[in-house]
Formats: sequence, C-alpha cells, structure tokens
Amino acid sequence: MSERADAPATSRQRAARRRTPLNVVAICGGIALWAAAVSFYRVGLPSPEQVLARAIELIRSGQLFADLVASLSRVLAGFALGVTLAIPIGFLMGWYPTARGLIEPFVQFFRMIPPLAVIPLAIVTMGIGETPKVFVIFLAVFLSSVIATFQGVVSVDKTLINAARVLGAGDGTIFRRVIIPASTPFILVGMRIGLGSAWATVVAAELIAAQSGLGFRMQQAELYYDLATIFVSLITIGVLGLAMDRLLLALETRLTQWQERM
Amino acid sequence: MSAKISFQNVSRQFAHHGASFLALDRLSVDVADGEFVTLVGPSGCGKSTALAIAAGLIEPTGGEMIVDGRNVRGPGPERGVIFQQYALFPWLTVRQNVEFGLRIAGRSASERRATAQRFIDLVGLADFADSLPKVLSGGMKQRCAIARAYAVDPTILLMDEPFGALDALTRVQMQDQLLDTWNRERRTVMFVTHDVDEAVYLANRVVVMAARPGRLAEIIPVDLPYPRSEAIRLSQEFAEIRNRVWRAVYHQPSMAPQGVAQEDLGETR
Repeated sequence: MSERADAPATSRQRAARRRTPLNVVAICGGIALWAAAVSFYRVGLPSPEQVLARAIELIRSGQLFADLVASLSRVLAGFALGVTLAIPIGFLMGWYPTARGLIEPFVQFFRMIPPLAVIPLAIVTMGIGETPKVFVIFLAVFLSSVIATFQGVVSVDKTLINAARVLGAGDGTIFRRVIIPASTPFILVGMRIGLGSAWATVVAAELIAAQSGLGFRMQQAELYYDLATIFVSLITIGVLGLAMDRLLLALETRLTQWQERM
Repeated sequence: MSAKISFQNVSRQFAHHGASFLALDRLSVDVADGEFVTLVGPSGCGKSTALAIAAGLIEPTGGEMIVDGRNVRGPGPERGVIFQQYALFPWLTVRQNVEFGLRIAGRSASERRATAQRFIDLVGLADFADSLPKVLSGGMKQRCAIARAYAVDPTILLMDEPFGALDALTRVQMQDQLLDTWNRERRTVMFVTHDVDEAVYLANRVVVMAARPGRLAEIIPVDLPYPRSEAIRLSQEFAEIRNRVWRAVYHQPSMAPQGVAQEDLGETR
C-alpha cells in the first residue's frame, strides 16, 4: 500500500527532474537567440550584455531595489487586504443564501470591469498617493478570491457535511472542521489568480500614475529612449511574478496534499 | 411493544421541478434491539430515503419516525451512519477520522486516542492509522468509516449501500468482517442494499420494498444461525430464502391491481 501512496509522487518528481535540464537549455537558447537577433539583424534592441550591464548599474545604485520595494509593497498591501476581506465574504456568500443574493450582483458586475479601468476614477477620488494604486490591486485580488472562496464553499461534498452531522457536529463545527478545509484548495487557486492579476495591475497602474516602482521606471526610461532599463524592469517583473506564483504553488501543494490527484 | 426503530406510516414526498412525487408511501416497519435488518429493492423503492429519515437527515412528510420511543428530530450520535461514498474527511488521517466524533463529544485526548485505536484495530487498519484516505483502497476506506461510526458508541448503525462501490470479492470479505464486528460489538443495524445475496446473508430479516411509489412489499425472516460462514452461504436453506427474496424483488406486481397475471405484465415490458 505504501508504494501506492509514494509511487505517483516519485514519478512526478522524476518527471520534474527530467524536465529541469530541458528548462535550462530552453532559457540559454532563448538568450542566445536574442543575442543573435540583435547582432545580426540590428533590430534596434539592446543586447543581453548591455541589459546585464545596466542591471548591475541599477543594482549598485540601489535604484532597482527601491523600485522593486515600491512595486512589491503595493502588491502585498493590496493582496493582503483583498484576501483578508474576500475569504470571509466568500464564506458568507456560500453559507447564507441571503448574503449570496445581496452580494453576488455586485461581485459579478465588478468582475466584468478590468481593474485598470477603475484607475482614472481612483485617481480622481483618492488623489495621486499610494491609496488609488493599492485600491486597484485590492479590487483585482478581492474579486478573484471572493469568487473562488464562494465556489469552494458551494462545492463542498454534501455527504461530508452529512457525515459530520451524524457524528454530532453542529453548524459551527461543520464550518470550522469541514467547510474551511474542504474549500482550501479553491481559495488557494483564487489567491494565485489574484496574485497574478495584482502584479499585472500594479505595473500598469505605475505606468499611468506613480512616482516610483518598476512601472514608473519603465515609463521614465521610455522618455529617454533607454531600452536597457526597460528590459531590466521587464525581466524583474517576470522573475518576481514567477517567484511569487511558485511560492503560492508550494504553499498550495503543502496544504492540499491530502487531495487525490491523478 | 418496544421496538428500537419504528417506522409508523412514514411517507416522504419530494418536489421536483414543480411536480411532486412520492418517494416513500406509508412505510411501517419495526426493528428490534440488536436486530440486523436489511432493506432491499429496485432503485426508486425509497430504501435510501427510509434510511435517511431514520438518520434524521431527511424529515418525513407523513407518519412518525420513532427511535428509542422518541420522535426523531435530526441526526444524533446514538445513530451512526455509513455512506456508500465512504464520506471520510480526506484531509484527516484514518486516526483523525475515527477521532472526529469523539472530538465533537468533547472527550479528552488520551480517551480519544484509546477509543480510536480500539476500533482501528477492530477493523484491521492498525498499519494505516496515520495514513490519509487517498492511499486506502475502497474496502479499507469503508472499514475506516465503520470504525468512525463505531467510535462514538452508537446503539444503532444505519448503512446505506456501504459495499455498493466495491468489487464482488471485496464485498464478500467486507460482509464477513461486518458480521464479525457486529458479533463482537452488537448493535441494531439497518442495512440498505440492492444485492439480494448480501441482504439475505447479513440479516435476521429482509425488508423487501417496491418502487413507484416506494413502499413495503414483504418482510422475509432469515432463520439462519449466526455466526454465518461460507457453509451457510452455500447451503440449501440459504438458497431457498435467497430465491424467495429474489422473487419478491424482481417479480413485483408494480402498481397493477391484485389479480393481474404476471404474464400480462411480462408482455408489456
């Protein structure tokens, strides 16, 4: 029996290990292609060396770190606010039909509006400080997390709820010991989607209205035709986004390892 | 007359897309303390509905559902329920699943541990006590569910096609194990199944039900001694009772009035 439990995990790990060298080859190949394109065809883009040199320069001067902290702190503030509000509201909607009836129209409506479209309104009403940026990110995270949480609660297996009831559980116990753990996988998926859209939103918000951050840096570099800085910013955004996603994925795998996976 | 479980003209109507249909029509059955009763019948005969009403998961729309002399008001820990889909909490280990009801009852950690261990041993899952349900086979999952139901010390076990999802060989083993457990820890059992052999092999009495509307067809006593074994399963007496139950299940006169010949019904099918 223990082989049964371990076999899929080890085969998954083995498959992942086999992929890693391929991933490295692909990344190196991509950079080589980029270098070749720049040197042979004069496409007007900076070469990898130039970008690396600029990256080192920006790291030395502390500029990159400052921008990174500015962007990241906006994302984390908006993300934290969004998730902490979305989870209880999602539970409320899933658990009480009345709450669902009252809240769902707003959630469904605002979900259809891209968070970026709210930026002009947010700037006009909240000024040009941190508030409108954090608010827009909050909105992006909140909407994806609230739907995921709600879906999680609604799709809890009714038999599990009945099993808890016949073992003497009341509503509070069922909520704590059945609904919350059973909907955790959904919530974590919602958080991952939310983090992705938060990251996309922060950069766009900074492009439009900010005095710091990776998006702002790109917008400044655009004015001076400083392509190397734009590249450094883009790569930083991608790497950071990927790192945060992997972090949440690791958390998800850890918290939901009880799930039966094929 | 003090039946442990007493269905008194219990009916259940369901509304479905505006139309209502009668899932259970005035079922009256008494189950004595310590008795093992199986409910068998075609799909739609209301056997699972009857069990859910006894469990307190569904309310009857007519009649009285009485357990221990009192009207049933919702589920209670004196009535353990075992579901076909096992219904183990997948995020808890076998041990934590078995301890679930004890935790709700507010038992101390050491008491929980001891009780859970006793029932885990009883169903033969000691080697998997700290495994998650996902590594267990179907039969092991159901044994874990049985241990979980036993742990809260119910006087009644209500089992809804518990072995329905298992292969035929595992099912026979599970039947023997269940009887073995029941012999050692005697409870009143109501067991729903669509398997005629299973119904006869396990029971003191077989309650045969008919469909559309779900209702009582016939109660057939099984005068075979416990403990039961392969010898009984293969005996002439078993075959006779089995055949009688089979005919009661598969040759039901449907809603046709008394006196209509079976042949006539056969032709219209």
